Amino acid sequence: MLAVGPMNIRGALDVAERSGAEIVPEGSVPRRDVRVWRLMLDNPDHVAQGYDLKRPRLPTPQQVWSELWKTTGAMVERGRTWSKRSLIYHSWITLNSTLWGFLLGTSIGILGAIAITYSRVADMSVMPWAIISQTVPIVALAPMIIVLSNQVGIEERAVPKAIISAYLCYFPVLVGMVKGLRSPAPAQLDLLKTYNASGTQSFLKLRLPASVPFLFTSLKVGIAAALVGTIVGELPTGAISGLGARILIGDQFGNPFAIWSALFAAAILAGVMVTCLDVLQRVVLSRMGMRS
Amino acid sequence: MTSVISAQNLSLTFETNDGPVHALSEVTLDIAKGDFVSFIGPSGCGKTTFLRVMADLEQPTGGTVTVNGVSPGAARLARSYGYVFQAAGLYPWRTIAGNIRLPLEIMGYSRADQMQRVAKVLDLVDLNGFEKKFPWQLSGGMQQRASIARALAFDADILLMDEPFGALDEIVRDHLNEQLLQLWAKTQKTIAFVTHSIPEAVYLSTHIVVMSPRPGRVTDVITSPLPRERPLEIRDTPEFLSIAHRVREGLRAGHSYD
Repeated sequence: MLAVGPMNIRGALDVAERSGAEIVPEGSVPRRDVRVWRLMLDNPDHVAQGYDLKRPRLPTPQQVWSELWKTTGAMVERGRTWSKRSLIYHSWITLNSTLWGFLLGTSIGILGAIAITYSRVADMSVMPWAIISQTVPIVALAPMIIVLSNQVGIEERAVPKAIISAYLCYFPVLVGMVKGLRSPAPAQLDLLKTYNASGTQSFLKLRLPASVPFLFTSLKVGIAAALVGTIVGELPTGAISGLGARILIGDQFGNPFAIWSALFAAAILAGVMVTCLDVLQRVVLSRMGMRS
Repeated sequence: MTSVISAQNLSLTFETNDGPVHALSEVTLDIAKGDFVSFIGPSGCGKTTFLRVMADLEQPTGGTVTVNGVSPGAARLARSYGYVFQAAGLYPWRTIAGNIRLPLEIMGYSRADQMQRVAKVLDLVDLNGFEKKFPWQLSGGMQQRASIARALAFDADILLMDEPFGALDEIVRDHLNEQLLQLWAKTQKTIAFVTHSIPEAVYLSTHIVVMSPRPGRVTDVITSPLPRERPLEIRDTPEFLSIAHRVREGLRAGHSYD
């Protein structure tokens, strides 16, 4: 809110000048060399205009909120929930990819963690690669994955998006699950040994239940990462639907409202997903008799 | 009497980065059926290691040991002993009954048999009515009783106990000691019991094995003249005090080596 004034002062002055107001200094080009604070001090009457621009550099929260409402609630009221201009539609596209990516990433993470826990070779070989995989910037990797999946003949846009999403999301799950599966104390494992329990039994009865609290913590991080992955995956695809595409289109067409409302929609989406997992965690852990 | 556990010149050396550690050295010992044998000694004297060797959790590097006449490995496969650890180690996600059922599930007992056995051992350790509680709802002493019940649930005739009451306070410990003696009288098990506490060892045992560290070896084996039925007050009798004195002498003698 406070940042809107200085951010939008230049735009506000240009608009005011065009409609005939006296501005110090004159002309938009000379104004480029003047600090925004100076401009605000010299033209105090026009600062307020910065809060009501058609194409602001930074929209006010009210503007974002009203845009968000216009593209969600208002469209529902008019029965156009699934219109291409509705953020609900775009959120759904993103959510869909995110959930597929989350499912894929979580499966990879859990299977990887099981391999690491039970095989020394996997422990020494998988983990370094998993860490390296996360140091590669996803924005560099995303276009490659999209081109590659196109090359192998996958027409569906959701597939590379889900892969990118899974790529970001498997790592926290892998790390959390390795920790979880290794959490039983040596005495616990000794106890099972005295029962002559099989590997499967000790996995199902000890390691797996012991890892559940760790799993949920990882899942919460993972699903947020999956959402970021999907949005990044939507940016370079030339995709026309999804929150990432909305951000890109808003950027290209100079429409900050579209960018900001998509950003808020993404944040709300992430919040909802993490909350769902949190509720699930409470239910599961209390059923397991554990206090979370 | 037949010997249930028999060790001949048993040695165990751990190879560590700082060189070999002689955890056990030339230990020879026989435990007869129905005995209650306590192992006492300072930290590092190998008493826990000896218990773990009997349980096939450690492999000796020298000598021989038999449990029920066979090797510890075979005894473990035959599920001939129950092991109680210092920490109760109950699974927090299982109820008390669920925890006691754990070995039974693993060993493949039928559902009906499981229920019956759980009820029986809960009764033995006096935890009736707690089967549906989760471990965190129980006190430390009750948790340890549940863990003893878990070790009793299947028909092992040997009970190996590694400082089961070490983390409990004196009053709870006295109470559990009394209960353990009753349990032992009722079940006729052979019990090997590791402890740090002289009164505990003397109160519980038919035989007290005094050990000393570096290298871990047996310095004295005391056969208790006390009767098998022992009220807590027996700890004030001259017989009790004289055994306690002998144990203390044995521990001191062991210590003079380092």
